[in-house]
Amino acid sequence: MQLTIHHLTQQFGKVRVLDDLSLETGSVGSLVLVGPSGGGKSTLLRILAGLDVPTSGTIEIDNAGLPRDENGLRAYRRTVGTVFQSYNLFPHLSARENLILPLVHVHGLTREAALEQIREPLERFQLAAHADKRPAELSGGQNQRIAILRAMVVRPTRLFLDEPTSALDPEMTAEVLDMIEALKGTGTDFVLVTHAMHFARRVADEIAFIGDGGVLAHGTADAVFDHCDNARVTSFFTKVLQ
Amino acid sequence: MSRTFAHTIVALAFMALLTLACLQVPGEWNWSGVWEYRQKFLQGWLVTLGLSLAALVLSVLIGLVVALLLAARNPLVEAVGRIYVELIRGTPLLVQLLLGFYVIANAVGLENRFVVGTLVLAAFSGAYMAEIFRGGLDAIPKTQRDSARAIGLTRWQSFRLVILPQAIRLVLPAVAGQLVSLIKDSSLLSVIAISELTLNAQEVNSFTYSTLESYLPLAVGYLLLTLPLSAASRRLEMAFRYER
Repeated sequence: MQLTIHHLTQQFGKVRVLDDLSLETGSVGSLVLVGPSGGGKSTLLRILAGLDVPTSGTIEIDNAGLPRDENGLRAYRRTVGTVFQSYNLFPHLSARENLILPLVHVHGLTREAALEQIREPLERFQLAAHADKRPAELSGGQNQRIAILRAMVVRPTRLFLDEPTSALDPEMTAEVLDMIEALKGTGTDFVLVTHAMHFARRVADEIAFIGDGGVLAHGTADAVFDHCDNARVTSFFTKVLQ
Repeated sequence: MSRTFAHTIVALAFMALLTLACLQVPGEWNWSGVWEYRQKFLQGWLVTLGLSLAALVLSVLIGLVVALLLAARNPLVEAVGRIYVELIRGTPLLVQLLLGFYVIANAVGLENRFVVGTLVLAAFSGAYMAEIFRGGLDAIPKTQRDSARAIGLTRWQSFRLVILPQAIRLVLPAVAGQLVSLIKDSSLLSVIAISELTLNAQEVNSFTYSTLESYLPLAVGYLLLTLPLSAASRRLEMAFRYER
């Protein structure tokens, strides 16, 4: 995917979370957004995922502009997958019902076709044994993996992942990150917001450092992590990577 | 010990205590006088049953509609819901019944007191129901709506498939409590001369001068309606539960 953002501003009341943010990526399979909390990464991701409409500015993904009206945005959301930090799944439905819900109610498959479509992915990610459990009976890591799978089974053009491991302990974090890395291996494009810096470095084709509502650094992982001359960025990495 | 067994034992113990207390009451019991009027109790009970059932269904519908008004983004629509709830909850049912029957029903030419009584009762209970539903809808985390939008559901689909099933689970106990209240509140319909259970018990009392003998069956009559309702609600709660 290729992403072009011009003069993006997002204002909530008097707070300007994104302030004239511009970014132009190369043709990348994975873009990772890092930076301090409150810097605007999640806000940017929500706009990219079609969940929020920016106050001003334009976004083009693969030369297609993002719509601003709710109907256009809903149509857009049906072509992408989004995973949040936590509580993605619907707690009153089993993992299996969670997976087929978008297939049946959004993408018009019959129940049988939907069940058929999720069978192989459930097995590939070792989740078949848990398919009939409800979210409360699954571990945090299993919950997130089902959530990622739910975003994947509709065959989206790309995934948006908003801190998918921030609510997990280290072991579960590893199992979710492994899954994301496996997705990269299959050629799924994604934009990821994360605080897992070593992982960011490993999977990112490009990294954008978002802080103070703008892009403070942008480039390949090496360029951003090792050769950045922005003091705000280097001091952040010194703190989180020690 | 099974739960049903425990419930039975404790209920029997309560009844034994109450019987002991009743035996302390000075004077003769006059059950035979009241027994003569058993048909009146039955008729009153059936009227209460019918009224309550109708008001019960109506009040849930009113509650749902008003809860949607309360959740509306349009301030005028929200205000309609809010004023309705505050007016109804802030005034006695007794006054609402009298106003409803002698003023409003009279003005619109509605003469059937059963219909008027049922409507007022449903409107009264519906206001409480609306606040229960609103609370339930508000309690569903925002992330659930986000998730529903993210997978491309429409607003209506998101409400129907995601929000409502979770909200129902949350509000069931409160709704059951409100419905039990509704059944007992139906006793006030006697003030507009609806011949329901309480009015019949009052009449039997005035015929026989046997107060306790007239009102104890009244309590049993209401329990016969409210206990099955509570049991059904617990059963539904189990069916809807999704926590571990």
